[in-house]
Parts: sequence; structure tokens; C-alpha cells
Amino acid sequence: MTDLFSSFNYGVIIILMMLGLYVVFAARNLIKRLVGLSVFQTSVFLFYISLGKVSGGQPPILVDSRGLEKTDHAASPIVQVAASDDIAAIHSLHHVEAVLYSNPLPHVLILTAIVVGVATLAIGLALTVRIREVYGSIEEDVIDRLDYQYNLEGAGE
Amino acid sequence: MDILSLLPPWLLTHGVALLVVLPLLAGAAMAVIPRERIAWTITFMVMLICMLCALTLALQVIDQGRLSYKMGGWEPPYGIEYVVDALSAPVLLLISAMAVICLFYASPSVKAEVEPKKRAAFYGAFLICAAGLLGMVVTGDAFNVFVFLEVSSISTYVLVAMGHSRDRRALRAAYDYLILGSIGATFFVIGIGFLYMETGTLNMADMSNILDGLDGGSRVAQVGFAFIVIGLGLKLAMFPLHMWLPGAYAHAPSFVTIFLASTATKAALYLLLRFAFTIFDLSFDYVVTILSQFVLVLAVVGMVFASIQAIFQTDVRRVLAFSSIAQVGYILLGLSFLTLSGLTASYVHLINHAFIKGGLFLAVGAMWYRFGITRVADFRGLSKTMPWTMSAFTISGLSLIGVPLTAGFVSKLQLATAAWERGYGWAVGVILFSSILALVYIGRILRVAYFETPPQINGVEVLKNEAPLIMLIPMWILAILSIVIGINAGWVVDAAGRAAELLIPTQMIGRGL
Repeated sequence: MTDLFSSFNYGVIIILMMLGLYVVFAARNLIKRLVGLSVFQTSVFLFYISLGKVSGGQPPILVDSRGLEKTDHAASPIVQVAASDDIAAIHSLHHVEAVLYSNPLPHVLILTAIVVGVATLAIGLALTVRIREVYGSIEEDVIDRLDYQYNLEGAGE
Repeated sequence: MDILSLLPPWLLTHGVALLVVLPLLAGAAMAVIPRERIAWTITFMVMLICMLCALTLALQVIDQGRLSYKMGGWEPPYGIEYVVDALSAPVLLLISAMAVICLFYASPSVKAEVEPKKRAAFYGAFLICAAGLLGMVVTGDAFNVFVFLEVSSISTYVLVAMGHSRDRRALRAAYDYLILGSIGATFFVIGIGFLYMETGTLNMADMSNILDGLDGGSRVAQVGFAFIVIGLGLKLAMFPLHMWLPGAYAHAPSFVTIFLASTATKAALYLLLRFAFTIFDLSFDYVVTILSQFVLVLAVVGMVFASIQAIFQTDVRRVLAFSSIAQVGYILLGLSFLTLSGLTASYVHLINHAFIKGGLFLAVGAMWYRFGITRVADFRGLSKTMPWTMSAFTISGLSLIGVPLTAGFVSKLQLATAAWERGYGWAVGVILFSSILALVYIGRILRVAYFETPPQINGVEVLKNEAPLIMLIPMWILAILSIVIGINAGWVVDAAGRAAELLIPTQMIGRGL
């Protein structure tokens, strides 16, 4: 049961991913298929963000420890450590307060992937607009029927 | 190498980066260039420089082995590394050379098929597509591969959709390609995510070292590998994932089809080789299982099934598109043998097929340019009305079938030998059977073109109307190249052999047999 809750984010990701894929393949409306594609891609963004989260980790923002000492908020200087460092050793050697930080790299990667997703969606919507102008419909059944007739009549002039 | 010492030093050090940066910047600049002629000239110059860069890189690789370029001066495991080695150098040269060859052909073809206002932007999209393809091949960073994959894909969707002024079905084809292409790229990025989760690095060489240390037992890496194979399978049109390909090839503008058919699937195939053999390698049991069973079966089914589908198409471009899927099957078959000779054969076919299919689509594009025809039935008497174009088509077509003294024969012979050495006698039979099917679908077009009289329009027989010289030159370059490789294949086989040795290092030979 604890396993289920500790990795429930992955459960959510899998559900979103399957929902998205299902919509892409089952829907017959061009806009709905794009919505499915977006949901599918968003689940991957969540996957990457989950991946970078270190349990108990703080946001990876550099804290100026001297500034904290002046306001007497912290007794000992704060040092940020990555999850891969040996935290106990840092504690005992330097008399500092060690704070874990989450891995920022996947988050940066996913910024790129979000931009890619936006571009894909924009092109997809632009294509849908053009299809609507040419065929007068965004239902695949209608478009298929029109294309079938077009094939029978011959593509050339 | 003497030629290398004559070249300016900046070209030798920064050639790797120029290959991607130049077309990308020029592509962006196209947005503000109003004139089509200026756009074409810039595009041509940029791709010519890229080809020269790729050529110098290939010479350097022969001279010095693996080249590594630190993007922005950051050290490799942290920064993005660009790598050129015996595996990527020929593909880089192939992509940039095909771009230059196609561009000769572009100016009349694009004038005929794309609306005047959109022509400059069309060249811009083409440059970005080329930059993406070159970037996919040259980068040594796994996430960077995804970015370039999407850069090339998104511009390809636009390029395919540009065919709508010629055939409105191009819009629907571009839409379908967009949906499936995005799913493929997303699967690929999920795979990269799993690999990052397991190894904590994105640099391919570093990733490979860390995965080796894991002793092949990592389940996360295994899942990652599966996602990557499926994602790339969609991009390279592996048999059941090929649904986007016929529509995209058949309805895109001729110029786009030629470039896509000869480069886009090849770049994805290169990535499959890169991931399956250098990042993962044959010491992992699941890699061996997936490649030697799963991919083998799909390759064989694809070779036969896609060839049969090609026979029943009425549109020549669809015939050639289905034939492309079958040819991807050949390349995957060689790969799935997991032997040096198999990989050499598959790499030779990768290069040869780019020339062959490029040549065929060039000829078909010229026929559309003159007569507006793509249906097999409309090819009546083309040997009389367009003799030069039709003979170039014939040479490339024979090469596709695998007639001796052509490039297709060289790669099919290599593949059959590799199959025999591997102990797969039945695979030789499948190669033969698939070649006979190719004979049927190409022969059907040739019969109509050679043995039927030209059609009559309004009672007047259609007269000889040859394609312009600027369209004939590129298709004859490729047709002659096909014959040159058929007579002396040494240089292609050598290049492929070097790539294969890189993929299967000596200690891995015999693994998974």
C-alpha cells in the first residue's frame, strides 16, 4: 500500500498517457485528436518533472548563507547538497545545515519539450483550419468520404 | 591526407558546428526574404557549404578517427558534444549531398507546385528540416537528438502540407503524419527519460559506459530501450508503424518527397543503429532478443507485405512509397542478423536506397511537371514522349529490383551473403521473393511506359516533351551513380564496413548468435 502511495505520481502519469493515446486513436474529430495528443505529451512532461524531484528536496535556488547569518535566522550556514552527495559526512565535517535540492536538469529539458509540444499543436491547429477551409468539415468520416469521391473522379485536371 | 592541409583551419575545427548552425540561421532568415530567387540562391549556397563541411569531416574521420566538438566549450559529460565518426560521417555526407542534388531540381519544380507567396518560406522550412536531420546525426547528446528530431519533423509537416495547392489530400496526409510523428517522438523522449533516470547523464558515450557498469540487469534501461525502438520505429517506418508514409510521400510536393524519401528515414535508421549498438550493445540480452527476433520478424513481414501492397497501387508515387517501406525492411533485416556482414549489408543498402529512391522520385516529379500525371495508367508511351526521363527512371527502377551491374544488386547480394553466413537460408529466399515482387511493381510501370502508345488528347497524339535540362541533370547523376556503385562498389562497402566495425567491436563479435 505504501508503495502505491509513494509512486502515485507515476500512476497518474500512466493514466494520463493512456487516456491521451486512447483519444488520439479513438476520436474521429481532428481537434479532439489534437487534444488527445496534448494530454499524451503533457503526461511525459509530468514524468520528467517527477524524475527530477528528490524526496525532501528544496528548489535548486542558490541561497546566500552570509545574508542569512546577518538576520540571525540560521544558526549555522546552509549548504545545498545534491542527493548523490554523502549528507552525513558533510554534516559532521563542516558544522553546516545541509539542504537537499531537487535535480533541475529534467525541468530544464522539459521546458524545451513544452516548446516543441506548443509548436506541434500550433501546426496541427493550423492544418485543421486549412482542412476546414478546403473540405468544410473537421470530421474524419466526412473527409474520408470526400476523398473517396475525389479519387473516383481522378486527381488530375 | 593532403587535401586536409590545404583547407582553412577554422573549417577543420568548426565544421561540425557549421553543419547545423548555418542552415538553422539561414532558415530563420528566410522569414524576411521576399524574393524566391534570392531564397533559392541562399539555400543552395548554404547546403553547398554544408556538403563541403561534411566532405571535409568524412576525410578527417578517415584520417583521425572519431572527432568530438564541444558546443560552447563545455566539457562533454555536462555540455553538449557533437560527434562525427565512421558511422555518422557517411550519413551526413548523404543528407547534405542529396539536399544539393535536389535543389538543382527545386527551382522549376517548386515554381510549378507551390504558391508564389509561400516559396521563400518553403525554402526556409526546407533549410530547417535539413538542419534537423543533420543535427540528429551529428549530435552526441541523447536529448539533443529529440530536439533535432522534432525540428526536422515539424518542418516536414509544413513541407508536406505545402503540397495542398497541387493535391488537397496533402493537408490530411500532413495531419496524419503530425499525429503519428509526434507520438513517435514522444515515445522516444520517454525512452530517453528512462535512460536518464537510470544513468543520470545525457551524453551518449557517458551513458554507454554507465550502462555497461550496470551488468545488463537494469529493468529501467530495458523499458527505455523498448520505448526508443518503438519511437524510432515510427520515424523510420518499420512495418506496422508505417501508416503515415504512403500519404506523406504521395501528396507532398515532388521536391519534398525526393528529399524525404532519400534522407528522413535514413537519419532515423542511423539513430536506431546508434542507440541499439553503441549506447546499448549486444552484451545486453534484451537488446539481442528485441533485435534478433522482434525486429527480424517485422523486417521480413514488411519486405513481403509492403511489396505486395505496392503491386496494387494505382498511383506511381504510392507504389514507390510502399516500396520504401519494403526497403526499410531490407535494412532492418541486415541489422537483425547482429553480424558484421549483416550490418555492412544494411549500411550499404541504406546508402544505395537513398540514391535509388531519390532517382525514381526525381523522374516521377519531372513527369508530373510536364504532363501532370502520377497514375500508372497515365504513363502510356512515356518512353516516346519523355525518353531521357524514362530511361533514368528505368535505370533506377532496375537498380531497385536488384539487376546485376546496379547498386541494388550490390546491396542485395551483400544481404543474401550475410543471411547465408548467419545460417538463415530462408532469409535468402525472402530476399529473392521480395525482389520478384519488386520486379512486378516496377515492371508494371515499365510495361505501360514502353509498350503502349502515347495517349491522344482531343484526337491529337501527345508529342515529345522532355523535362528541362536542370531536372534531367540530378536524376541522371543518381542513375549514373547507381551504375557506378554497381560496377565498383568498393568505396561504399569500405565505408559501410568501417561503420559496422564501430557498431560491433571485436569482443562483441558472435554475441547473440
